[in-house]
Amino acid sequence: MASRAVAVTGIGIVTSLGQGAEANWQKLIAGESGIHRITRFPTDKLRTTIGGSVDFLLEQPFSATQLSFALARTAAAEAVAQAKLGAAGDFPGELFLASPPVEHEWPQRVRLDRQAPGQPHTYAGMMSAAAQAGEDLYVDFLNGTIADKLADEFGTKGSPITLTTACASGATAIQLGVEAIRRGQTKAALAIGTDGSIHMEALIRFTLLSALSTNNEDPTKAARPFGKGRDGFVMAEGAGALVLEDAEAARARGATILGYIRGVGEAADTFHRTRSNPNGEAIIRAINNALGDAGITPDDVDYINAHGTSTPENDKMEAFGIQAVFGDKAGQVPVSSNKSMIGHALTAAGAVEAVISILTLQHQVLPPTINHDGPQDIPLDFVPNEARPADVDLILSNSFGFGGQNVCLVIGRNPD
Amino acid sequence: MTREVWITGQGLLSPLGQDLETTWAGLHDPAAIAAAADTGFMPPFTIFPASLPPLDKFVPKRGDQRAMGPLMLSGCVAAAMAMEQAGLLGAAPEVLKQVNLMVGVGGGERDEKVDETILAALNGIDDGNMLAEQLQTELRPTLFLAQLPNLFAGNISIVLGVSGSSRTFMGEEAAGVDAVRVAFERIQGSQADLFLVGSAFNASRQDIPLLYQAGGYLLEDPARPFWQRPKAGMCLGSAGAFLVIESRESAEARGAKPLARLSAVLNDRCRRDAGQASANAAREWAQVAPKPGCAVLSAATGVGPVTAEEHEFLLARVTGPEQAQVRPTAPALGHSVECAFLTNLVLATKAVQEGKLFPALTADPVEAAPARDFDQVVVTTWGHRRGEGLALVERI
Repeated sequence: MASRAVAVTGIGIVTSLGQGAEANWQKLIAGESGIHRITRFPTDKLRTTIGGSVDFLLEQPFSATQLSFALARTAAAEAVAQAKLGAAGDFPGELFLASPPVEHEWPQRVRLDRQAPGQPHTYAGMMSAAAQAGEDLYVDFLNGTIADKLADEFGTKGSPITLTTACASGATAIQLGVEAIRRGQTKAALAIGTDGSIHMEALIRFTLLSALSTNNEDPTKAARPFGKGRDGFVMAEGAGALVLEDAEAARARGATILGYIRGVGEAADTFHRTRSNPNGEAIIRAINNALGDAGITPDDVDYINAHGTSTPENDKMEAFGIQAVFGDKAGQVPVSSNKSMIGHALTAAGAVEAVISILTLQHQVLPPTINHDGPQDIPLDFVPNEARPADVDLILSNSFGFGGQNVCLVIGRNPD
Repeated sequence: MTREVWITGQGLLSPLGQDLETTWAGLHDPAAIAAAADTGFMPPFTIFPASLPPLDKFVPKRGDQRAMGPLMLSGCVAAAMAMEQAGLLGAAPEVLKQVNLMVGVGGGERDEKVDETILAALNGIDDGNMLAEQLQTELRPTLFLAQLPNLFAGNISIVLGVSGSSRTFMGEEAAGVDAVRVAFERIQGSQADLFLVGSAFNASRQDIPLLYQAGGYLLEDPARPFWQRPKAGMCLGSAGAFLVIESRESAEARGAKPLARLSAVLNDRCRRDAGQASANAAREWAQVAPKPGCAVLSAATGVGPVTAEEHEFLLARVTGPEQAQVRPTAPALGHSVECAFLTNLVLATKAVQEGKLFPALTADPVEAAPARDFDQVVVTTWGHRRGEGLALVERI
């Protein structure tokens, strides 16, 4: 059970739909898609040519590190401004950042290779060129750099955490912040999920796993979570940021509380590197752990913000897990996937979706699952195609990662 | 009210040996240390490679062996060793559901041969369509999975059945410290009981030295005295290091024997203006307040000037009332970045049980304190660029 209630006092978001909570919310409830044709690199030879890239923040060229930082910084600035906590550049709490792993990309390798004396097209040659290549070839490709720069800019305290649990990362960042506040270790935390890693190699890697939609014709129709014609996820970029606070401290300073992180739960799957155990054990355990941590039962849940990636496998297993936990009542709990509109922002997804859950609580409107048409094979209420007003007090938000990392959050309008 | 945290399992692979005992013996053997350094892999630089033990004991399935490269295999083997000592290897699923996995690692594996093949095809030209063709011909799905850092932990879950949770921290040296720190804090704060924590590092892959060389950190002349090197002062070394840590209540309920007590894990960062790192370390030292005569295992990287600053900090604790006995480990093992702190925690657990250190590795006064029995070991990690961590390991 939670020892201290954890409040959310600031949110920030950037997705393929746009920048800021208000802009994103309007498009989400209008059922708009942010998915478009990729123009960042040539796609003539690729099987997937669409994505939810964020092209409005930086001028090209940029690396995944630079875009992931810009996304995180933009979302964090919005969240911190809303929370009105601490002075500018002096955030009185710890930083938990979910960000994609980084490494040299092809432009850097080609640049080094061009400068390689004597031994072209080899690592030995690139090594000879490296020392003169410029500090940016080092700093921008350290995994700790994004958090380090955010810590400098926002003045967070302590050792800034960078983490990855694949597609559950954003939720893990929130979970770590919640745990630290509950322990009384910090009164506040800045939890961020960011991902700006749509580059050619990343897209091809996911293609080779047959994970991506190849429904290129109409990009806005490609992401079809829980729909019968779903054929894979759509890679996307974005960031979500939340200011988490000890609820008592937030009330004491007169902060406006947007919602509460009521429960966190996780479970690791030991079955396979990309597939869930067909018995759904780890998904069910993660959901039950989150509900148990919040001290609630399935009957209390008003809405599920699904992981809903639009892959045949995830959506089947997630629906199976929901049916197992919610039993006869599964059909009565609305379930929708934000990814139908914004795509799958991978490392950022859990945090982006937590922000959208907070907006759902504030507005008392459920964002839809778009592209939900034709015959269905899963008998759940997916809030098809149109947003729906509803009384929402408690939301279950699911995040499930490749590699078996499952994290669920319970987000509520009230502290208990 | 905080709870006592015990170390109940340890696993180590290092350039000096395929397990903790061989590594510990090697630290006493100058010939073994000299033999561990490899100057032929990437001249003029020195690295300290490590070799894997036979895999069949800990990673019996061929499919699992093929799904991992040396980095992930080192982690898996070191994790299995720690679990075996803690009595968790092959435990029932109900027990393994209680084990939380926390790791600090860098990127996953890359296939350098594939990179070189593609570079040759591109021939110095940023041609997107050519790159697309090459990547689609050369990349393999299994390769991609090995490239995901969270699959380092994912593979441990799959091979060893650990299913409580799985969290991966990134960010060079600090990632290793934070993985242990968060596990430690969650046990102390009664949020969880039982953790498998660890890391690994593979110096024998060219993309990683390339990154650090781009920053200008790799040592060219191994004759430079360890504590007084320029910025280009680092030799990378491979490692795999894991611990099982748990609440005293958990260990007693399981009947697990404590190897040592983990009494503190602290970490902080600064921009590294002059004196800032020392101020962080001094604050952490004061908070932990080790007893006079304690031992210190330093994960100093060799990178100047921060190694010289750490040297000054440590020397003051050798000559001052703390009367500390200091050993750096990088001169014998190389620097294993994310794994450096974990490696030294495993060695600290061994040292505190032995009550004595291995012989001095440098001729510097910082290692010259007379040997005396101790029951506390302080582990310090000053990252090559960021992060100042400290832990205290005590004899039970």
